Amino acid sequence: MAAIEAQELRRTYKTHTGTVRRKLKEVEAVRGVNFAIEEGELFGLLGPNGAGKTTTIKMLITLLLPTSGSARVLGLDVVKNAQEVRRRIGYVFGGERGVYERLSGYDNLRYFAELYGVPPKLQKPRIEELLELVGLKGREHERAEGYSRGMKQRLHVARGLLHDPEVLFLDEPTIGLDPVGARELRSTIASLTAGGKTVLLTTHYMFEADALCDRIAVISKGRIVAEGTPADLKRGVDRGRVLEVEVYGVEDKTIERVRGLDGVMAVSVEEREQTQVLVVQTQAEAELTSAILGHLNGGQVGRISQREPTLEDAYVALVTEE
Amino acid sequence: MSSLRLLAVSWYLQFKMILRSPFDGIGNVLYPLFFATTALFVFRAGHSPRTLIYASLGAAVMGMWSAVSTSAGSAMQRERWWGTLELLVAAPRHFSLVMLPATLGLATVGVYNLTATLLWGRFVFGIPLTITHPLLFALSIIGTALSFGGLGLLFAVSFVRFRAAWVLGNFFEYPVWLICGFLVPLALLPGWVRPISWVLAPTWGMNAIRESALGGTPLPDLLLCLALGLGYVGAAVLVTDRVLYDARGRGTLSLT
Repeated sequence: MAAIEAQELRRTYKTHTGTVRRKLKEVEAVRGVNFAIEEGELFGLLGPNGAGKTTTIKMLITLLLPTSGSARVLGLDVVKNAQEVRRRIGYVFGGERGVYERLSGYDNLRYFAELYGVPPKLQKPRIEELLELVGLKGREHERAEGYSRGMKQRLHVARGLLHDPEVLFLDEPTIGLDPVGARELRSTIASLTAGGKTVLLTTHYMFEADALCDRIAVISKGRIVAEGTPADLKRGVDRGRVLEVEVYGVEDKTIERVRGLDGVMAVSVEEREQTQVLVVQTQAEAELTSAILGHLNGGQVGRISQREPTLEDAYVALVTEE
Repeated sequence: MSSLRLLAVSWYLQFKMILRSPFDGIGNVLYPLFFATTALFVFRAGHSPRTLIYASLGAAVMGMWSAVSTSAGSAMQRERWWGTLELLVAAPRHFSLVMLPATLGLATVGVYNLTATLLWGRFVFGIPLTITHPLLFALSIIGTALSFGGLGLLFAVSFVRFRAAWVLGNFFEYPVWLICGFLVPLALLPGWVRPISWVLAPTWGMNAIRESALGGTPLPDLLLCLALGLGYVGAAVLVTDRVLYDARGRGTLSLT
């Protein structure tokens, strides 16, 4: 039995446009997602902002009802058995919210220990153990409002683990953390599966998914566009090439023209201080440098370089495909 | 047993948070005194000491009610702003059991409001504070606070899907002052208002406090007040499942 299973999971939001003449608009956030995560697996749901990662996770943790399709966690239906699912899962999200700032870190954990029914005798040792695990020992009696972003994030992780859940959902847990804080948190996450927990991690950092996950599903515009091990995904692009062109103000129509060239697999633009970098993934055999420069004619062009594709290029190619 | 423990620990932590909020603290200290001052100036013009005591007790319960009604709605909004509302809903305990300590914490602040207002009347306006049945008076205050907590809970769970929940909380503040006879006897209100007064626990809590202070039979009023308070908690438990299911369907839990 899979620990987490989603079948044709869909979620539509109804929203309104206009003020006087209001019109109902439907937004499809998740459009028929399928995946199965085995027990003890660390599975990454990778995608850009607005791809449907958080909506998917919120359906799995019972905070949102699916519009159609079904999902099961530890064999329990997330709609019919919501209360039992909640008892057996933990949920951690990124950012500074979700903390009672006027309470100490210790009181925050104590409150959630009660909410999750941790037996009174176990609460103190469990909280101590988790404070040690997330590196907050010694600061636990300070009010959370004085914590740094990283400390709040680690407090979130401790909260999510209080009742020793079998399945843990981590929604962009390292977002906004400094590199050292993010690295420490990633090492904590890696240690969770070593303890036998099943983890679903959402992130938009390719290297994070690559470093942590046993398997990855790439989600774009509400659909899973690729699934496999990090190595499987890398193989998808290892026969291509990447051309990087420094430009100074490239127009959308120019990008569209480059995207339309034969042999071009994906195009993206990276902002780098004063310049932009046009990143064009091409088929290995295609020689497109002069054609691309032709389309950039009239604009200022800086350094041009070619390199082998990385896993991040695979991700960009997947999420920019129509 | 574990539910009682949850209520006790959560009440303590919620009350701790309220005490640590300077903004709420100043509001809670000053607001009831403004209400009381206005009411006592108006009633002092009547030159009747008994009317002044009547008004002083009414103003005291006004402050208590305001602490609960305005904050029960905004308590939910605050949880939204803090990003904790989803965490509370995602917890395996029944949401009404999670929210009740929050509204009871507000009712505890209301007890302070009541005491401060009575002392303000005593020392600033010279209104004698003679309580005929001190024990019943104390029980009436506790019973009224508990029923206010229950009504606050019904507000909180009913408003959970609205982003502007605090507006609804404010909306119920002033009508209850009038409908429940805090300052004006119910007999002066139109007949059609009375059935509304009867289903509101503040009416009976106010009566119980007045009867115990001024000499009378507060017990029936107190029991009715407590019964209605329990009724609100029961209704809140029933409403919670429906309202949360609806909020999960509409995706409104995380909206700020």
